[in-house]
Amino acid sequence: MEQTVTPHRAHSYVGRLWKKNAVPFLFLLPWFLGTFVLTLGPMISSLYLSFTQYDLLTPAKWVGTANYENMLLEDTRYLQSLKVTLTYVFVSVPLKLGFALAVAMLLNKGLRALHFYRTLYYIPTLLGGSVAIAVLWRQMFGADGLFNLFLHGAFGIEAPDWVSDPTYSLYSIVALTVWQFGSSMVIFLAGLKQIPQDLYEAAEVDGAGKIQKFFSITVPMLSPVVFFNLVIQLIGSFQAFTQAFVVSRGTGGPIDSTLFYTLYLYQKGFSHFEMGYASAMAWILLLLIGFCTAILFGTSRYWVHYADGGKS
Amino acid sequence: MQAYPRPTAWLVHALVMALGILMLYPILWLISSSFKPDHLIFSDLRLWPAEITLDNYVKGWNGISGTSFGSFLANSMLLCLLAVLGNLVSCSMAAYAFGRLDFSLKNIWFGLMMVTIMLPHHVTIIPQYVLFHKLGWVDTFSPLTVPKLLATDAFFIFLMVQFIRGLPRDLDESGRIDGCGPIQIYWRIVMPLALPALITTAIFTFIWTWDDFFSQLLYLNTPAKYTVPLGLRLFLDSSSQSNWGAMMAMSVVSLIPSLVIFFSLQRYFVEGISTSGIKG
Repeated sequence: MEQTVTPHRAHSYVGRLWKKNAVPFLFLLPWFLGTFVLTLGPMISSLYLSFTQYDLLTPAKWVGTANYENMLLEDTRYLQSLKVTLTYVFVSVPLKLGFALAVAMLLNKGLRALHFYRTLYYIPTLLGGSVAIAVLWRQMFGADGLFNLFLHGAFGIEAPDWVSDPTYSLYSIVALTVWQFGSSMVIFLAGLKQIPQDLYEAAEVDGAGKIQKFFSITVPMLSPVVFFNLVIQLIGSFQAFTQAFVVSRGTGGPIDSTLFYTLYLYQKGFSHFEMGYASAMAWILLLLIGFCTAILFGTSRYWVHYADGGKS
Repeated sequence: MQAYPRPTAWLVHALVMALGILMLYPILWLISSSFKPDHLIFSDLRLWPAEITLDNYVKGWNGISGTSFGSFLANSMLLCLLAVLGNLVSCSMAAYAFGRLDFSLKNIWFGLMMVTIMLPHHVTIIPQYVLFHKLGWVDTFSPLTVPKLLATDAFFIFLMVQFIRGLPRDLDESGRIDGCGPIQIYWRIVMPLALPALITTAIFTFIWTWDDFFSQLLYLNTPAKYTVPLGLRLFLDSSSQSNWGAMMAMSVVSLIPSLVIFFSLQRYFVEGISTSGIKG
C-alpha cells in the first residue's frame, strides 16, 4: 500500500504546486530570468572574480585576497578615489538636501504660482544627468567660462580655471549636483503638505515662535521624508559617474582630484582590463553603501518620527 | 502653514523668481550661445545674441568622424523606444503577479526584488560585461535592451505594485465572474487602470535611457552605432575652440526630447516624483 500511495501523494502535491504557481510564474518569468541571470548570478560571479586576476581574454587566475590587499594598502589612486567620493558624498548630499528643504519651505506658504516655480526648479534636475549639461558645466567653470566672465564683469575678480585647478575641480561637480535639487524639493513639498495645519495653530496658541514651530513640528513631522531623501541621495551619489567623466574628459584629473570611485572602477575594468581588481572595487563599494545605509537605518529610530509610532 | 502677509509675499516672490532665473541661466545661455557666431560665444554673457546664425546647427548636424548627428539621434530614439517597451511589458507582468496573484514563497521573492532596487549597478556590471562579451553582444544594442525585457529596473515593478494594490479588487472579481482568466484580467482590467503608473514608467525609462552614458559607453564602440551622449562626447574630445558652437547647438538638440516630454506630461512627473520618490 505504502508504495502506491506515496507516488500518488507526491504527484498530487506537485500537481497542486503546479496549479497554484503556473500562471503567476509565467508572469514572473522575465523577472526571474533577469534576477537570476543578470543580477544574482553576476553578483556571485563578481565575488569570485574579485579574488582573481582576469583580463577577459585569458582564463581567470586565483590570487586570493591580493586585489583587496593591493587596493587598500598600496594603490594610492584607489585611496584617492575613495577620498574623492566620500568628500563628494558628504559635501553634496547635505548641501543639496538643505537647499531643497529651504526652497520647499519658501514655496509651501500658499505662494501663488507654486506650479510655475516648481517647474522652474525641476528643470535642472530633469536635464542634469545628461552629457550636454556636463559639457556645459565644463565650459561654465573653465578659465574663460561663463562664471569667470561674470565674476570679472561684475566684480573685477580674476578667478582661477575652476575645472583645471585641483583645489576646486571637485567642487565644480558638487555645484552641479546641488543645482539639481529639484526632485528632492518636490518630495519635501509633498511631505510639508502632509503636516496637519492644526498642529501649527495649536502651537501658536501656546505661544510658540517661528523657530520653535520649525524644530518641534516641522522637523519631526518631516523626518520620514528627510530620511527617505537621505537614503536615495546617498545611494545615488556614491555611484556618480557621468559628470565626473565628462568634466574631466575621462581622466579624473587634474591630478586625480575628480577621480570618482566609479570612474576609477571604469578605468581599471574597461581601459586596463583588470576585471578582477574592478570586481573587488565593486564589492567594497557595495559594502560601503550597505554600511552607510545601515547606519542611517540604525540611527533612524532616534530621529525619524512616524505619525503612527513606526508601525507602518 | 498660513500664507505670507502681503509685503512679505512680494519679497518672497522676488527671491524665488531671482533664484529660479539664476538656476535656469546656464541652460538659457547654452541655448542663446548655440545661435551665436564663434567669436561671440566666449565673450558675451548676454542672453540675446547680438548676431544670430544657424551655422552651428548646420555644422553640428553634419556630425563628426563621418557620422551625422541625425544618426546619433536615430540610434538613441530606437534604443529608448525599445527600452520603454521592454520595461512596460516585463515590469507590469511582474507587478501584476506581486500585486494580485498568490504563489509560493511570495514574500521571499518580493523581498528579493526590493533588495535589488538598492543594489549598486557596479556590482553586476563586470560579470554582465563578460557575459555579453561571450555572447558576442558587445557593440550591439542587445546589452542595452535585452535586460529591459527581463525587468531589471525593479524600481518600476515596485512603483506599479504600489499602484495596482490601490485598485479595487471587486473589478477582478467581476471579471472572474464574467469568465476572465488571470491573463485576461491582467490585460483587460488591471493594465488599463494602471495607466498612470505605466505612463510614469515610460517617461522615466525614456529620459534615463536618453541620458544614460555609462552603459552606452561600455557597450557601443563604433560611431555608426553611437547614441546622442556618445556623439556629444566625440565633439568634446575633439573640440578645439572652433567646434564649441557646433557642440552647443547639438547639446541643445539633445535636450529637446526631455523638455518636450516634461512639458507635455508635467502632471505625471510631479505625481510620480512626490509619491514614489523617483530620483532625479
